[in-house]
Amino acid sequence: MAQEIRNYTMNFGPQHPAAHGVLRLVLEMDGETVVRADPHVGLLHRGTEKLAESKPFNQSIGYMDRLDYVSMMCNEHAYVRAIETLLGIEAPERAQYIRTMFDEITRILNHLMWVGSNALDLGAMAVFLYAFREREELMDVYEAVSGARMHATYYRPGGVYRDLPGKMSQYRESPWHKGKDLGRLNSWREGSMLDFLDAFTADFPSKVDEYEELLTNNRIWKQRTVGIGVISPELAQQWSMTGVMLRGSGIEWDLRKKQPYAKYAEVDFDIPVGVNGDCYDRYLVRVEEMRQSNRIIRQCVDWLRANPGPVMVENFKVAPPRREAMKNDMEALIHHFKLFTEGYGVPAGETYAAVEAPKGEFGCYLVSDGANKPFRVHLRAPGFAHLSSIDTIIRGHMLADVVAMIGTYDLVFGEVDR
Amino acid sequence: MTDTQKNSLAERLAARFGDMLSIATVGQDVTVEIAGVDLLAVAAALRDEPGFRFGVLIDVCGIDYLGYGQSEWETDVSGTGFSRGVEGQAVGRFNWADRPRAEAQPRRFAAVIHLLSLELNQRLRLRAFAEDDALPVLPSVTGIWPGANWFEREAFDLYGILFEGHPDLRRILTDYGFVGHPFRKDFPLIGNVEVRYDPEQKRVVYEPVSIQPRVLVPRVIRDDAGLIQAKAEAADDWRRN
Repeated sequence: MAQEIRNYTMNFGPQHPAAHGVLRLVLEMDGETVVRADPHVGLLHRGTEKLAESKPFNQSIGYMDRLDYVSMMCNEHAYVRAIETLLGIEAPERAQYIRTMFDEITRILNHLMWVGSNALDLGAMAVFLYAFREREELMDVYEAVSGARMHATYYRPGGVYRDLPGKMSQYRESPWHKGKDLGRLNSWREGSMLDFLDAFTADFPSKVDEYEELLTNNRIWKQRTVGIGVISPELAQQWSMTGVMLRGSGIEWDLRKKQPYAKYAEVDFDIPVGVNGDCYDRYLVRVEEMRQSNRIIRQCVDWLRANPGPVMVENFKVAPPRREAMKNDMEALIHHFKLFTEGYGVPAGETYAAVEAPKGEFGCYLVSDGANKPFRVHLRAPGFAHLSSIDTIIRGHMLADVVAMIGTYDLVFGEVDR
Repeated sequence: MTDTQKNSLAERLAARFGDMLSIATVGQDVTVEIAGVDLLAVAAALRDEPGFRFGVLIDVCGIDYLGYGQSEWETDVSGTGFSRGVEGQAVGRFNWADRPRAEAQPRRFAAVIHLLSLELNQRLRLRAFAEDDALPVLPSVTGIWPGANWFEREAFDLYGILFEGHPDLRRILTDYGFVGHPFRKDFPLIGNVEVRYDPEQKRVVYEPVSIQPRVLVPRVIRDDAGLIQAKAEAADDWRRN
């Protein structure tokens, strides 16, 4: 007598440590094999785009940080570039270099988070601790320049909020940091922020070697990732994939090279691509991207040291006047008042500005009708497009591979749900 | 963007599709407006034909043109003094009960599709208006680009645009059992219901929102939005003369 075997459905998340936030994945299982995957997203939906419609343009920059909350400044960059395109203004050269540098710092921050948490999902605890050691240093750079460790709100239409600080904050003596240890922690922090970054980037490749030491030839890591979640180049294009998901499948496509923005045309770097399009190749691509980002940061540091200058346009309809000027200049006072109460009108029109965010193409489609608030903002989040393909790719894989696949997408639900 | 072909993308589009499209080029952005009935045929051609090769669909989003170009504050009435009235129907100024009942506005909803060609390194924006604003319907492009699936679900969820031929048109971002399409311009910013846990009933209950709609900065459209004044001031710096 034949025994009847039925598929059963399983709830993965929304409260699951490997779901990277609030993903509810309804899996239809045949034993250990996935037959169908139906992701339920939107648990973190905050209506960012609608909120942006109700506020003057500048007040929404802070919302951008909160979309993909591990690559904050890249999101700001897309939004700010969209506004700049419609306004017809361009940030000064120094601001462009600062943006390039911080985009790459952000990329390293993002990939460190990714390599740490993905390794943790797949059973390697130590990488997380190593990765967060370097993340801490870079977050101090965020804090030095903007005052916030994560949600910086540093980029503005027309430049960046302020120039790079001449001093890095130092660790104080405490029960946890004292004596030699304190001296070591502060040894990079004697000079300016650029000195700190110089020391950091000189050291960072050896840190990447450490992560690779832990993972690249690790037998368990390879068993979990090699040949898992193979995405053909055709499939990657059909499912609107961008960034590492596309490059891991062997397509050399990077907006920084193909449609350069900021100062990417002036700096020297290489684009790593994968061969097989599996989770392991995407891991290798991300690790190499960290090394390339490090290269770009070094070039930006050198340029920024040699070339002081303004970091914001001198157009006081968009940028605030200097505080000294406001003390005895009526015009400056009026400009300041109007800018911070009403904002600025953006000429009617529409534009789409995209940046190569660490996760893929992050784009901002902006429609203005001439008012001081956007008429429509749509944020094209790479994670949203990537996650939509999970049903196609995961069918036939084992349950444990779902975790590897969610990890390799590099999902952050702040941007998926917006 | 590369310009491998002699003529521009806009010219190639005009030559291939003729009257089916209305083409606008601003800077490097090429925008094409298209009728819903032609969308699928044009989309398939855009993906496959040489000269277009738009293999990647970057984005689909809905848009609601209700109230486009409306200002809340008249700034040009200097003869009688400034108007302080900030009555308007813009986002954030009304609650669910007083939401504006939109009068029939032709061509209120549209779907905007962004395409990218990896081979030719070019981008294109397609806009298709839904004819009926009471029941906006557009054809689904999921058959041409499978990646459109979730983007169209999102546009359906947030704007109520129905995509004909979509394999699985469910809500995606809003809550289970959500009523309305929240990104429409006549949907209040504060929402409709709020959620809390009721310890007596021992379950989550939905109630009408208790907060008041509030807008801090009125929506203003000024003539100098093009920064004409800023440019004039820069040119004629009276303080130095």
